[in-house]
Amino acid sequence: MFTYTLVIIGAIFLGVDLVVNGFDGQRFWANLYTCGFFFFAISLGALFFIALQYVTESAWAVLIKRVFEGVMSFLPIGLAVILLVLVAGFFHGHHLFHWMNPDVYTVGHEDFDLIIANKTPYLGVGGDSWFFWLRTLVYTATFLIFLVLFRKWSLQEDQKGGLATHFKMYRRGALFLVFFSVFSTTLSWDWLMSIDTHWFSTLYGWYIFSGMWVSATIVTLMFVIYLKGKGYLPNVNENHIHDMGKWMFAISILWSYLWFSQFMLIWYSNIPEEVTYFLDRWENYKIPYMTMFFVNLLFPLLILMSRDAKRNNKFLIVTGLIILCGHFVDIFIVIMPGTMFGHWHFSFLEVGMFLLFAGIFVHTVLRTLAKAPLTPVNHPYLDEAIHFHQ
Amino acid sequence: MADKVIYAMYDDEQILLRGAEKLVEKGVKVKDVFSPFPIHGLDPVIGVKNTRLGIASFMFGCMGVSLALLGMYYFMIQDWPMNIGGKPSMALYMNIPSFIPVTFEFTVFCAAHGMALTYLLVNKTLPGMPARNPDPRTTDDKFVMELRASENHAWTPGELTAMLESTGAIELDQKDI
Repeated sequence: MFTYTLVIIGAIFLGVDLVVNGFDGQRFWANLYTCGFFFFAISLGALFFIALQYVTESAWAVLIKRVFEGVMSFLPIGLAVILLVLVAGFFHGHHLFHWMNPDVYTVGHEDFDLIIANKTPYLGVGGDSWFFWLRTLVYTATFLIFLVLFRKWSLQEDQKGGLATHFKMYRRGALFLVFFSVFSTTLSWDWLMSIDTHWFSTLYGWYIFSGMWVSATIVTLMFVIYLKGKGYLPNVNENHIHDMGKWMFAISILWSYLWFSQFMLIWYSNIPEEVTYFLDRWENYKIPYMTMFFVNLLFPLLILMSRDAKRNNKFLIVTGLIILCGHFVDIFIVIMPGTMFGHWHFSFLEVGMFLLFAGIFVHTVLRTLAKAPLTPVNHPYLDEAIHFHQ
Repeated sequence: MADKVIYAMYDDEQILLRGAEKLVEKGVKVKDVFSPFPIHGLDPVIGVKNTRLGIASFMFGCMGVSLALLGMYYFMIQDWPMNIGGKPSMALYMNIPSFIPVTFEFTVFCAAHGMALTYLLVNKTLPGMPARNPDPRTTDDKFVMELRASENHAWTPGELTAMLESTGAIELDQKDI
């Protein structure tokens, strides 16, 4: 009911925006892409986290494994939205990606851009862009295959028991991490950094990756607290929630560290082709950009530092939702300056799109959660997880 | 003040843990446990309070932040303004990004060293201080539980010893202090 309400409110907001602000194709696509990537990143973060838990053979997360599986089940929808936006851009449905415009490659054309033309083997248009599409396909295929297999094996373990599935997950988890470590960087270059085509940064991939990790942690934690409140996770206690709180704290600091490292080096060296990225943001997005950074750094730093706060559900919910909004603004300002430039809005369309996606996301996750027992039955570390305390 | 200390030695931490649980259930106050490694779940049983080391660490960290910023403000802006990389060095807020790495490192330095020193001081285990564990074997593979007669008036030392023995202690010792 709640999710339908979200979707309906989102749809109404989209309609209201059409009346209030008129239709702007570029703005619509940019927002679709922002929300699509944000929720896709949450699912991908959950997929990464579950692989990480298998590889490190950690016991504490066994009881909330199914919640991670629920959160990652949104991945196909998120991927579909991203692919839709990419394909639409390729056929000139919008101009989010400057490099998809064939004119920038035409020598003598007024839009000719030598810097982008030199990137042809990596980005390119038409037949030259096969490498870009190959990468996109490889990411899609890899994520979907591992998503389906992890879920399948996890449910298989419930039926079969024994250690065979566990060791299989351990090895496949390690394999996934190898792919993920490369793809998380290159997909953020391809799908996000290519929006600001002239600009590049080697830290970018890590920055996007830590953002998706912290968002996934927060969303999973929210679901765990919600399900616990409803009595569906009887064995989860404040010790497990404490560990999730620690992740939230630690990865928030990691994100801030990477954001600041990228900013500080570029600010300090002050090289024109690098500094443009931050100049755009400083000129047109100063208040949301700086607020977002300080919220995402200081909230976890000051509020989640103490042990008691990490064991208190109310603290975690309030802080978590604020940081989650902060990370949405982060993705928003990653995408908007290169697509909407100074003409950005934050109006009904932005809020409506977010609510629409949030509704579909929560609906998908809850539906997946309902399909399998929330406590895995035959996981070898189940007993250790139940008696986990710190 | 005359007091009697009772030491009970165990050779397994699980036996000690269950013994402590049994004693505490009867109302016996366990003074301390000496162990070569942390015993999971023992703290709440014998009533050890949560450590406040984290708070101390936070304060050392705050000290580090303030000292580092104050220092750099004086060196780089007040005393000898420097032009590095063409950056204006007229005010702290303009230069703050380049001061953050040093501030960060100094915060970690202060928090870590302050925490380590506080820990050693509070436990009286600074290098060169006499060892306070009752038996050197507790640094190897044995575990010792300490009771005080003055904290357990309801029982005589003899009764306490008998209770300890029934929990599986392998060696018992008494000392007057």
